[in-house]
Amino acid sequence: MSAETLVQLLYLVSTALFILSLRWMSDPETARKGVFSGVAAMTLAVAGTLAGVIATGGTHYWWILGAFALGAAVGYPLAQVPLTAVPQRTALSHAFGGLAAGLVGTAKFFLYFGQRNEAALAPFIVVALVAEVLLGFLTFTGSLLAAGKLQEVKWIPQRPVTYPLQNVSNLALFALALGLGVALVLHPLAPWAPWAFGGISVLSLAFGVLLIIPIGGADMPTVISILNAYAGLSAVAMGFVLNNKLLITAGALDGSSGLILSVIMCKAMNRSFFNVLFGAFGQAQTKAADDEQKVYKADTTESAAQIMEQASLVVIVPGYGMAVAQAQHKVRELYDLLKKRGVTVKFAIHPVAGRMPGHMNVLLAEAEIPYDDLVEMDEINGDMPQADVALIIGANDVVNPAARADKSSPIFGMPIIDADKARTVYAIKRSKNPGFAGIDNELYFLDKTFMLFGDAKAVVGELARKLAGEGGH
Amino acid sequence: MQTAHSEAAAAATGGGHGQLDFMGALFVFMLATFIGLMVIQRVSRLLHTPLMSLTNAISAIAVVGALIVSAGDGHPGYITALGLVAIFCSTTNIVSGFLITDRMLKMFKKQEKGAK
Repeated sequence: MSAETLVQLLYLVSTALFILSLRWMSDPETARKGVFSGVAAMTLAVAGTLAGVIATGGTHYWWILGAFALGAAVGYPLAQVPLTAVPQRTALSHAFGGLAAGLVGTAKFFLYFGQRNEAALAPFIVVALVAEVLLGFLTFTGSLLAAGKLQEVKWIPQRPVTYPLQNVSNLALFALALGLGVALVLHPLAPWAPWAFGGISVLSLAFGVLLIIPIGGADMPTVISILNAYAGLSAVAMGFVLNNKLLITAGALDGSSGLILSVIMCKAMNRSFFNVLFGAFGQAQTKAADDEQKVYKADTTESAAQIMEQASLVVIVPGYGMAVAQAQHKVRELYDLLKKRGVTVKFAIHPVAGRMPGHMNVLLAEAEIPYDDLVEMDEINGDMPQADVALIIGANDVVNPAARADKSSPIFGMPIIDADKARTVYAIKRSKNPGFAGIDNELYFLDKTFMLFGDAKAVVGELARKLAGEGGH
Repeated sequence: MQTAHSEAAAAATGGGHGQLDFMGALFVFMLATFIGLMVIQRVSRLLHTPLMSLTNAISAIAVVGALIVSAGDGHPGYITALGLVAIFCSTTNIVSGFLITDRMLKMFKKQEKGAK
């Protein structure tokens, strides 16, 4: 058996294991098997590649080993971050993925150019190289910026940054990059080709920044998913350049995952891809200022605890505020105390609650809340009229009834959790300011709504204490 | 002679395993995308965050390309350096991606019957 055959066989098994890995993610019961299968697939891929490299006379093994060791040394602590920082970590890791693809593309181009290798710079390959570098570098800077926004790094603006002719100037730059790409495909060995290639790289790095600065925190779940898809597609492009089917397959799996998640996120916000990327959301919607006479009804945790104790169904709606306050463990205490009193407690999870797809589920799982009680929006909404209490913890836009009724609202048409249909609504809110989208929430002014102002962790903790205290009497 | 030489160079240095086959590559891409879409549609919504960190690790398959670039004999030093940085980036993703996915998945537990 030739070395080449061995390599391809290893790649074949690796591909199958990657597919199985994602297949096993369909159920929390089998999901961990998916991780093992992924690790096995990656190990085979690296082993196969090394076998191929050795057979064709490779070198630099010590350097390579060093790069592996350094990567592992940085990767290990990155896997130990608190779960509230998972969105940042994910964005950062998209950045690494994009950078790796972009660098390999750059290396390949200059290698072929230096060799005057006309066969290797066939039009198809150059197209793939340009795509790889464009997607790779764009994902790199875009994800870095997204990670910075999520980490709330001081000098990175949190609010969307917009300026006149933003989309026009972005499109002009994109056309320029496209023009350079076409020129490169037609004349890959021209003396100016390295400059054109460099120009594309610089423009791609700039695109990453330009695409992310106008995007606000509420859109982060969608943006992270789109960047995920880009990172996958850049791996596909690399596969085309290297004519490597394993790269193409694994990249396509990643790309389609990012695509599906983006579509789910967009649907959950009733927006299109185009709208997320080009229609800066959250631009000050200050028109609500004139009906400021609306008043919140605040309530004490004591009476809230009493009402919840007598309820038969309590639905908790968590949002980003719960993550910020790290309140999930206190929520678990509350959940336990209510359950002990025979109250049914369910969590209503909106697809875009938090800063990345599935963010709330992970936080609540960390607090050891059984996943059977985490209910998706579409399933819980039918039960909302039977709920005695809806307890909203740091969520805002995902329970705003304006999305159903008010055509002038920027979130009109977005599917929401029908918290307003519960008999009583308690909302824990840090301050009286409107939520991330900058929109007032009518829910807070309903007759049946009571506000509990304060830090989510402190308020939930107090609720739990009140419940526990009364049990002692 | 000239083309034969450069093709040999591409095979050795580029590690383009097998013959260049654009159409074959496109077919693989198309089929893999369909498989990906179908498999991922079935992923439980509970697990979307771990799914993303798992696919993060999977997209670090770029390590294959990075390895081929860095190990090539007779490449200029800067090419090898670019490849090594790419290996570093991909390994970071492989290690952190798989580890954090497993860490998260361990937390997902079902209702224990009869437990406290």
